[in-house]
Amino acid sequence: MQLIACPWCGPREEVEFSYGGQAHVPYPDSPAELSDEQWAHYVFFRDNPKGRFAERWNHSAGCRRWFNAIRDTTTYRFERVYRLDDPKPLATELASSRRSTAP
Amino acid sequence: MAELLRTHPLQAWHAAFEQLPETVGIAVEPYVAMVDVRLGTVGAQTSAALGADLPTAPNTWAPAGSGRAVWLGPDEWLLTSTTEAPEELEARVRAAVVPLGGSATDVSAQRIGLRLTGARVRDVLAKGCSVDLHPRVFGRGSSAQTTLGQAGVVLLALSDAGDDVVVLVRSSFAGYLADWLLDAALEFTPTPTS
Repeated sequence: MQLIACPWCGPREEVEFSYGGQAHVPYPDSPAELSDEQWAHYVFFRDNPKGRFAERWNHSAGCRRWFNAIRDTTTYRFERVYRLDDPKPLATELASSRRSTAP
Repeated sequence: MAELLRTHPLQAWHAAFEQLPETVGIAVEPYVAMVDVRLGTVGAQTSAALGADLPTAPNTWAPAGSGRAVWLGPDEWLLTSTTEAPEELEARVRAAVVPLGGSATDVSAQRIGLRLTGARVRDVLAKGCSVDLHPRVFGRGSSAQTTLGQAGVVLLALSDAGDDVVVLVRSSFAGYLADWLLDAALEFTPTPTS
């Protein structure tokens, strides 16, 4: 089974985690002024990339904390995990980590 | 009104536990009072108010008075006490952490403890838990919230040799986990030959 490295608890089994969808989706500054269509886009529309995707995960069977992860949707490899208050890693940082973690 | 008898959730398993060999001993821990503490920042002020240090390193526990303080999250701890009643512990801890912006809730009824002792404890736990339990990384003072045979547990390491572990499990899962542990220990239990 794949291990996911929780930023708090360390590597744990994938079944301990639950998925929280796309990360870094900002809440609208003035939601009352949005049209129905714009609101629907905020609530329902998410990216669906082939490749690296920034996602939210929750370590539900462990420390129950949310964190972000960069996961490759083709290989399912977790390239980076980071805490919610950390900025999204730049693509250039990931490129190097991808080579170093390759089997 | 009829008096309700308090029985331990694992009372029916006592006989089975007693027949286990020393290498995979399982004993039911006595009831302890437990309080769940939420607190944003921890410092000398907290230790002074509580009379015990809250561990700040993830996956650790520390002795706290007569009980233990277990790290459950960056702002969450489990405090236990063997000498105080649950209400007393909750009142004392609440009085200490509320002025610091925290909260304390009595969770004594949530979990019960099983103490696993013996040279084969790690092999038994490894059958249903992927956490590295080697004494090199899981010595005395280490803890882990994880799943054991699909049941959510808190593991506390009591020795540096990896042969003494307390498993805290939810009361309603205790019977299931007891059955699971007995099955996992079967391999290390000598069977009588006829």
